[in-house]
Amino acid sequence: MGKHKSFDVTKLPGFTFLALLSFVLLYAPIVTLVFYSFNGGNSVNQWGGFSFKWYAIAAQNEAVQGAAMRSFVIAIWASVIATTVATMAALGTTRRGKFKGQTFIYIVINQPLMVPEIVTAVALLIFFSSIKIATGYTGLGYLIIAHSAFCVPFAYLPIKARLEGMDTAMETAAADLYASPWQTFRYVTLPLLMPGVVAGAMLAFIISLDDVIITEFVKSAGQDTLPTYMLGQLRRALTPEVNAISTALLAVSVLVLTLFFLATRKRG
Amino acid sequence: MSALGKGRSKGSNGWLLSMPALLLLLVAASGPLLIVVTYSFLEKGDYSGVRWIFSGDAWFRVLFQKDIFDGTVSLADANLSIIWRSVKLSLSTTVIAFVLGLPTAWFIATRPPKYRAFWLFLITIPFWTNLLIRTFAIMEVIRNQGLLNTFLIHYGLISEPIQILYTDTAVLIGMAYVYLPLMVLPLFAAIDRFDFRLIEAGYDLYASRLQILRRVILPIIRPGIVAGCILVFIPSLGAYVTPRVLGGGKNMMIGNFIELQFGQGQNWPLGAALSTVLLVVVLGSLLIYTRVSSREDPHG
Repeated sequence: MGKHKSFDVTKLPGFTFLALLSFVLLYAPIVTLVFYSFNGGNSVNQWGGFSFKWYAIAAQNEAVQGAAMRSFVIAIWASVIATTVATMAALGTTRRGKFKGQTFIYIVINQPLMVPEIVTAVALLIFFSSIKIATGYTGLGYLIIAHSAFCVPFAYLPIKARLEGMDTAMETAAADLYASPWQTFRYVTLPLLMPGVVAGAMLAFIISLDDVIITEFVKSAGQDTLPTYMLGQLRRALTPEVNAISTALLAVSVLVLTLFFLATRKRG
Repeated sequence: MSALGKGRSKGSNGWLLSMPALLLLLVAASGPLLIVVTYSFLEKGDYSGVRWIFSGDAWFRVLFQKDIFDGTVSLADANLSIIWRSVKLSLSTTVIAFVLGLPTAWFIATRPPKYRAFWLFLITIPFWTNLLIRTFAIMEVIRNQGLLNTFLIHYGLISEPIQILYTDTAVLIGMAYVYLPLMVLPLFAAIDRFDFRLIEAGYDLYASRLQILRRVILPIIRPGIVAGCILVFIPSLGAYVTPRVLGGGKNMMIGNFIELQFGQGQNWPLGAALSTVLLVVVLGSLLIYTRVSSREDPHG
């Protein structure tokens, strides 16, 4: 190759190959898993023709039904709570100018992103188990509180990004027209902020739905969610039923994510 | 932007509005961490839990063990080998993710703008896919009757399946697989901002490809490299699900060892001390990262 031939940055030697290899490596296992969930055979090792058999079996399994129900109840509560407190915090930290202690607020809010999940899980195990003993309450409340907490940064980040990208002229105009702070928020800020809030809520929902470690440590007996149920199934042989549950959960995540991208793309 | 709010409100509103989030996180995230640190200085309970008596025993036992018969002190080989394995596997994971992640990020950043979003979306899907599901997926590939072995046997490259599952290699493959998107995303952000005319300029000045890579590209995208490596290394070090599923109980990492202390091992103080070690290492590397990146990256 001649020295003065112009340098094509899109074609570094081997880069395209490695990049395409990465994509194949990323998707091959997932595609295999999805493919085998339609296996009509009785074992994961033998292909027994295309069938929805294992989806039907999973859907009729009472443990799976219970776990699915619990997963959704927790994820809905967690995303509502996390999004509410995150919206308030985002308004507090972006609309009030710089104030003392702001860094502290950032650190606390983003803490679940920094601390290894296993450490938080162990901490909550100790903390909640003593509360369980003291109060006798063993309901889903602990899981909902724990999930709400680690979902906060995932809700906070898109909401904060949206707020920072929003023009404050409308809010200032509303205030000039004697709208009360609440009216300004209710009729101006919130509608403009809505795409960010929806995006935040969706991320929080997926994060809660997918959580394994914290749920595993915080749950009381009989409180499996779909991921902890699947983890529990590992002690026995892996069945196509677990593949079917995985694929269903994957479909929900991809659906919510696609909606997330559509919601964030249309910037007002 | 933030100056606009100044006229009509006080900073205390910021605190007031942030209070529900702060309370929630202090109750269910940050606060309990203090309990973990406290527990690491207590005495082990008879069955499980702790006795509220101060003791440095757990911290001693992180590194040393005392012979129950003659009281001689030696290094705790079992603990050290698990810590060493965790560090080794996490570093190897980071290296593999970097080798695959840099070209991938480069590839995405150099696509025409209208296709870039598509390739980026392809990276984001696995990133948001349940970690457990991805771990199950890679298990489908590497188990004895899995895709890889079936393929190799079919083409006569091997006659017996290679046992990968339940080895350190399986954990390494699994972690590199699940954390690869965490490497690609920050690298992409750095390369996307990179001014490709600099390469042209370097090339016009008779720099070789290698010189351009070393003297132009790498120094400029360094913040992205550091961010990607930190983002992969930290979750790898604290990994729990992947080593549990692919390591099969024997090939433990720190995360699984911590769990063992709270479960079967019933030594909560030791588990708490190990958790504190992990916490300090992770927060320490994050601190170093923010120091380094704020000094070197003018874009902040």
